[in-house]
Amino acid sequence: MHVSQAEFLEGISGFLGSYYLALGAMNAIAALYVWSSLKKNGLALCWLILALLFVIISPLAYSGRPELIQFISMPESIRNFVDQYMATAFVYSTVTLLSLVVLYQFREFFVKPVVAWLMLNAALLVMGLSMADSDFAAIVTKPDNVPIVAMVFLLGYFTWLATYKAVQNDQRMAQGLEPLEALDQEKVLVWPDLVYIEMICMVVLTAVLILWAIGLKAPLEEAASGVKTPNPSKAPWYFLGLQEMLVYFDPWMAGVVLPSLVVFGLMAIPYLDFNKAGNGYYTINQRKFAYSIFQIGFLEMWVTLIILGTFLRGPNWNFFGPYEFWDAHKVEALNNVNLSEYFWVRGIGTALPKAPEGAGAGTTLLYIVWRELPGILLVFGYLAVMPPLMAMTVFRKFFVRMGFIRFMVMSNLLLMMGLLPLKMVLRWTINLKYIINIPEYFLNL
Amino acid sequence: MPPIGEIIRNSQIWKSVFRHPMPVDRRNRIVVMLTNFFLHLHPVSIQKQGIALSYTWCMGGVTFFLFLVETVTGVLLMFYYRPTLEWAFHDILSLRDDTSLGILREIHRWGAHAMVITVWLHMYRVFLTGSYKPPREFNWVVGVILLLLTLLLSFTGYLLPWDQLAIWAITVGSNMARATPFLGHEGPGAQLLQLDGVKMITDGSDARFGLLGARFVGEETLNRFYVLHCVAIPLAVSLLLAIHFWRVRKDGGISGPM
Repeated sequence: MHVSQAEFLEGISGFLGSYYLALGAMNAIAALYVWSSLKKNGLALCWLILALLFVIISPLAYSGRPELIQFISMPESIRNFVDQYMATAFVYSTVTLLSLVVLYQFREFFVKPVVAWLMLNAALLVMGLSMADSDFAAIVTKPDNVPIVAMVFLLGYFTWLATYKAVQNDQRMAQGLEPLEALDQEKVLVWPDLVYIEMICMVVLTAVLILWAIGLKAPLEEAASGVKTPNPSKAPWYFLGLQEMLVYFDPWMAGVVLPSLVVFGLMAIPYLDFNKAGNGYYTINQRKFAYSIFQIGFLEMWVTLIILGTFLRGPNWNFFGPYEFWDAHKVEALNNVNLSEYFWVRGIGTALPKAPEGAGAGTTLLYIVWRELPGILLVFGYLAVMPPLMAMTVFRKFFVRMGFIRFMVMSNLLLMMGLLPLKMVLRWTINLKYIINIPEYFLNL
Repeated sequence: MPPIGEIIRNSQIWKSVFRHPMPVDRRNRIVVMLTNFFLHLHPVSIQKQGIALSYTWCMGGVTFFLFLVETVTGVLLMFYYRPTLEWAFHDILSLRDDTSLGILREIHRWGAHAMVITVWLHMYRVFLTGSYKPPREFNWVVGVILLLLTLLLSFTGYLLPWDQLAIWAITVGSNMARATPFLGHEGPGAQLLQLDGVKMITDGSDARFGLLGARFVGEETLNRFYVLHCVAIPLAVSLLLAIHFWRVRKDGGISGPM
């Protein structure tokens, strides 16, 4: 079903043209708001010019002609650079994590409405420029992937909104003032103040759902067949973070233990967070620890892994750049090494310990434990030695406040959460496959 | 002759349904909240900042509304759908091609995706405002279970169209269960569960078999997921939703600075 570049551009031109018109309208509305409500004429002019630029390029997109659309496409050189040098799980994870850290560290700058508005425009422009690439468009416009694109922008917006309010509150509280939420203690009647909000929400949502349903058909592939395995086979999109973990862990960890711990850990949050501040208003400074752990867990280890699993994992679960064709024959060298082999074969220079022929079950088990002893010690040390170490050093105050049981639960949850980045780094640096490798009992870690 | 609206509002039928005048003055705006079944979930008055959209994002309410949309469209879809290998895919095809106003499945599917996203955003907001802190700890726990059930609702529904997308997504997703420690036949520790050398955990008795009702995704799975999707999980969700809403009121109402 491969279409030529001209056919592809012809097909997407209507969408792209309307997309840029919508961006123009969006900026025009912003200009109107800034001019009439905020009385900032210079800024209004800036957004108006931006709006005009988008309106001017929309006919280029509407034309559907390659020689015109090339002016509003992501340049070939950038696309090749991204596909060649950025398209690994290592670069992707590092870049997303670093971006989050930078956004967090300089949040007072990034939440400024002007900066945030420019970033939104930039993100939408990159999206538009990329949509002129057929491989990018193919994966983004898959019907079931459209909600994820929407989720990315929604999450971006709400993260901005929450951080904007938190920064305001933190600045106020640094001056000894109360948070904004505490200013207005006025009570209003639920009818009409709340029920009208609810009704308007319902009407808007109904309209959105109906328009969405008319505009985008629900996917339906050919009839199910137990013998024709699609490549890649993907779980529903909200589980793709878990599927991505399969790269680093066996199913019993990625599919059972870690998800259960996510659910358990979420439930445990109110009982572990002993910090009484920050209840009922947006703040970051008053609960930095809880905030950063949650954001690493939610934004970095849940949402970005879903995006990775959805948009960047192709046939054979290989990593594909956003502008790369999903070639089922792409080969990636897999030469991962177990810790036991590192220790016995490469470290000491002997063969892996192996029970002699005809040994009993007990002896065989002992040999297996002996073979995997380095890994077993390492994992034991990580889970048993680290919590007391943490309690005596960086988390000393936590331990005193929380007591033994709560601290043990928290530290173990943190350590289990840390397993994923640890395993990722070990895979990227020394190609480590398993820390403990006991295939005899399906126990690989 | 009085205006027609007044005649209706003065009729015995109207008055038997709405036991108070229109909520146009303060007294009746209070009364309406107390005497209407659908509204009595709410308090009578509320903190003004607590209902500011920029504070609540309205995501809990949106999620609940989407649940209602899914229920209504889901019931309508059940009229057209038979969960058997023979008919499932064909019924979806004719839903697409023959049914008038054929956007029922679209609304149901996009509503389901949207519900997963809004429930995450709701959790995100509750975390960022610290609203899970005492006295609302337990309601956060109920919320986490509801989040999990939302994902399971979506997951079980994913199989029902019985196309390639459906069965392979469920195959990939449910394959994990075979590696459940002790309870999956390829899980660590399963070999330890033996009686006189006979394995208790096999591919015909493990966690995955319990989920699928078979050794692979087949007709038993379709039936099982259909029942879970249309009856069992919605019932559990409804019960927990009631508790969730009730506890919002009992735990001090909508959150605000403590």
